[in-house]
Amino acid sequence: MSDIRVILPQHLRTLAHAGAEVAIAVDPPVTIRSVLDALEAKYPMLRGTIRDHTTRERRAFLRFFACEEDLSHESPDRPLPQEVVNGKEPFLVIGAIAGG
Amino acid sequence: MSMVRVLVGTRKGAFILTSDGKREKWDVSGPHFAGWEIYHLKGSPVEPNRIYASQTSGWFGQIIQRSDDGGKTWHQPGTPAGEPTTAPDGSPKAESNKFVYDTSSETGKPLTTHQFYDGTQHPWEFKRVWHLEPSLTDPDTVYAGIEDAAIFRSTDGAKNWQELSGLRGHGTGPKWQPGAGGMCLHTIILDPSNPKRIYIAISAAGAFRTDDGGATWKPINKGLHSQYIPDPNAEVGHCVHHVAMSPKRPGVLFMQKHWDVMRSDDAGDNWKEVSGNLPTDFGFVIDVHAHEPETIYVVPIKSDSEHFVPDGKLRVYRSRSGGNEWEALTKGLPQSNCYVNVLRDAMAVDRLDKCGIYFGTSGGQVYASADAGDSWNAIVRDLPGVLSVEVQTIE
Repeated sequence: MSDIRVILPQHLRTLAHAGAEVAIAVDPPVTIRSVLDALEAKYPMLRGTIRDHTTRERRAFLRFFACEEDLSHESPDRPLPQEVVNGKEPFLVIGAIAGG
Repeated sequence: MSMVRVLVGTRKGAFILTSDGKREKWDVSGPHFAGWEIYHLKGSPVEPNRIYASQTSGWFGQIIQRSDDGGKTWHQPGTPAGEPTTAPDGSPKAESNKFVYDTSSETGKPLTTHQFYDGTQHPWEFKRVWHLEPSLTDPDTVYAGIEDAAIFRSTDGAKNWQELSGLRGHGTGPKWQPGAGGMCLHTIILDPSNPKRIYIAISAAGAFRTDDGGATWKPINKGLHSQYIPDPNAEVGHCVHHVAMSPKRPGVLFMQKHWDVMRSDDAGDNWKEVSGNLPTDFGFVIDVHAHEPETIYVVPIKSDSEHFVPDGKLRVYRSRSGGNEWEALTKGLPQSNCYVNVLRDAMAVDRLDKCGIYFGTSGGQVYASADAGDSWNAIVRDLPGVLSVEVQTIE
């Protein structure tokens, strides 16, 4: 099991009563899906805010970054970079820049 | 001594304004949920410290918040942080922001399409909660009006929501269409004399009524006339902006339609126009005096393409005859260079002996009148744009 660092946008930190970065224990394989599953299990108030409740698809105005890559349109089952798995780099959930 | 609590939803958070019964000095708290759109807050009539709030965002979706101490503290009624998200039998626990249309074979209706802006058919998609209506008798029961239009109910304090799918499944869905704000169910009125009767209104489908507690619904739009639909007198398709009813006289309804102010004396079965001498009969809000069921209030807006008050003057219009004859109320309201709008859920009345009237504007002002509209004062002037105003009268 790996401790994955996840950085949340401000509004989700407020909802989760958490800081900017949270540590999530994730069983391998470490993928976008498994990280988000673990995140929502630890912070159930975030369910529905990152992925649609029913389709489990990423909400349209959110993006996923890691290791200076945009992973938003990657398969949710693609393994995340090793730097994310070993905790050197965080997995970032970002609100799209679209108005205020 | 009585107190008044005004619940204000804005584009960037919620604010709670409190005063004693004199309504002269106000305490302002907020912003609660700063940065989020708060479409609506409303307190339980039977447990006033129980307040429900709809917190929403284009980025992060829908959140339901609940306070059990009059708005001092809030929580999401679903599973608390750190607790298992499944029950011992493996079933998922409460998710207070989970609004899933009921398509089950037992109680649901198929997810159909509605008419889109361009006239094509478009799938039903959940977007947000526009209106929360707590039960008149049970603090744990609350109804939600949502976009795309449907009505949901929670019976456990907003932890879990179930759709009353008979409305969406009425069969006329392909003729419903979104107004400028989206295809929203924005009005829910519970009949205090008949617990099985509920009225709702949708932009742009019209008004509907259930007489069996929400299982089946019928359109109640006879008498409405709308030029923007192919058949101006159609059964559905009308852009109803808001409906109000005096709890003292259930069955008498007042409606602000896109254009036209309307009245029904038979629970919505038939409507007649009562716009009378209004300077324009376009508008969003309408409300009824707490003690005088023939005294009603509207805020005329210039037109459907110019959503601000006419002539740069903010004027509330009052009719003491249930419509047709209207007087402008201007004392204390800006009468030059004013170009604000007042949205459909942004007016409310209190229940004090001398009825108080409240409304909020797109410019962030919340105005109050402690004398039934004769004179007005701004409680606050510089909030974010106001989406909704509700009032609690606490004895």
